[in-house]
Amino acid sequence: MEAFWLTAEEWEIVRLSLKVSAVAVGATLPVAFGLAWLLARGRFPGRILLDALVHLPLVVPPVVTGWVLLLAFGANGPAGRFFSEWLGVTFMFRWTGAALAAAIMALPLMVRAMRLSIEAVDHRLEDAARTLGASRLRTFATVSLPLAFPGVLAGAVLGFARSVGEFGATITFVSNIPGETRTLPLAIYGALQVPGQESQVWRLALIAIALSLLALILSEALARRAGAGKAGHVL
Amino acid sequence: MSFDIEVERHLGDRTIALSLSTQSRLTALFGPSGAGKTSILNMVAGLLRPDRGRIAVDGTVLFDSALGIDMPVERRRAGYVFQDGRLFPHKRVRDNLLYGYRLAEPGNRLMTLDEATDFLGIGHLLDRWPRTLSGGEAQRVAIGRALLSGARFLLMDEPLSSLDFTRRQEVMRVIERLRDKLSLPILYVSHDRAEVDRLAECVFALDMAPAVS
Repeated sequence: MEAFWLTAEEWEIVRLSLKVSAVAVGATLPVAFGLAWLLARGRFPGRILLDALVHLPLVVPPVVTGWVLLLAFGANGPAGRFFSEWLGVTFMFRWTGAALAAAIMALPLMVRAMRLSIEAVDHRLEDAARTLGASRLRTFATVSLPLAFPGVLAGAVLGFARSVGEFGATITFVSNIPGETRTLPLAIYGALQVPGQESQVWRLALIAIALSLLALILSEALARRAGAGKAGHVL
Repeated sequence: MSFDIEVERHLGDRTIALSLSTQSRLTALFGPSGAGKTSILNMVAGLLRPDRGRIAVDGTVLFDSALGIDMPVERRRAGYVFQDGRLFPHKRVRDNLLYGYRLAEPGNRLMTLDEATDFLGIGHLLDRWPRTLSGGEAQRVAIGRALLSGARFLLMDEPLSSLDFTRRQEVMRVIERLRDKLSLPILYVSHDRAEVDRLAECVFALDMAPAVS
C-alpha cells in the first residue's frame, strides 16, 4: 500500500512542476495572444518568417533551444544581463529558468490554438459592432475577444500540459537541481539512472500521464465550445 | 430626409458606381445579385471605402473624397440591418438590443428598450439566446438593435430574403410601420420587384456593372 503514496519529496516535485508550468503559461499568455492575433489578422512583410520563428521550438532539437537560452539568458548573455539589472530576475539554475524554457517550448502550441480561434471569429460580427457605435478597441473587447476566448483558454491548457512535460531544453539550460529545476520529467529521468527506484518512476510517470490526459481532454472540450459558438450565429 | 450619394469603387474587375439623390422616406436599390447593392450600403455605413465620391445624409457629409472627409464607421450612426442578421451569438437578445443603445449619446436615442420591444413585438424574447430564435424573430431583433443604437438613418440589406412567406409578411409590416411612424430615411436593398413595389416610394435600378476591359 505504501508504494502508492507519494513521498514528501515527490509531492515537492509535483508542486514545483505545477508552479513552473503555471508561471510559464501565465507569462506567455499575452505574448502568445499578441503573436496569434498578428499572424491571424496582420498583413505585413515577414509574416511567414515570423510564423516560422514562432514554430521553431517545435522542430529544433530541445537541447539546441536550451543551449540558445543559455547563450542569451546566461549570466553573461545580453537578455540575462537585461533581466538581472532592470528587473532583478535571474534564470541560471533557478526555477525561473525552468519556467522560461517551458514557456519557449509551449509558445508554438499556444499560438497555434489561439490563432485558429481568432481566425474563426466572424469579421461580419465585428463590422456589425462598428456600425452600432463601437470603436475598434471596444469591438475587440466586447466581440472579438469573447468569441475567441474558449480557444484562447484551450491554447493555455495545451501550453500548460506541454510545460509539465518539458525536459530537454530545461535540463540543458538550468540543469537538474532538486527543489529548483527538478520538475516531473527530470525527476523521472533521475530516478531511472538509479537502481531500485522503479516504484518512484511508476508513481511520477502515472501522475505525468494523468495530468497530460486531463489537459488534453479539457483543451479539446474548450475547442469544441469555441466551434459551437461559431456555428451558433447563422442568424 | 435625404440621401445624396455619388460613389465609385473598383472591386476586382468590376466597377460599382451610383449617383442618387432622394428625399423619400424609403428608397430602394433594386437589381440582380452581383450588381453591387450591398457594396453601396457598406460604403454608406463606412465599412467599404469608395475610390472617389461623396455621401451625405440629411445634409451631414459622411464621406467626401475631394474634401478628404471619411467619418469613422462608429460615428456615422447608421442603423444597419444585415441580410444575415448578425446578432452577437455570445449575448442574449436583451444585450444585443442594448449594445448600441449603451454606446449612443442619450440625446441621440430614438426610443427606449420598452418602446422598441413593443413596436417590434419582441418583449418575450429578451432572455433568449440568438441561436434559439426563428428567422423572423432574429430579423426583428436585428431591426430593434439598429433602431436602439441612436441611428439617424437605416440601411436594410435584403432583410426578408432568409424568411419564409409568413415571416416575410410579418417583417414587411414592421418595415412599413418604421417607414410611416419614424422620421428616419431608409435605404433598402432588394432583388425582389414585388417587395420593392410594396415598400418603396422611390426605386433606383442597379444594372450589372460592365466589367472594365
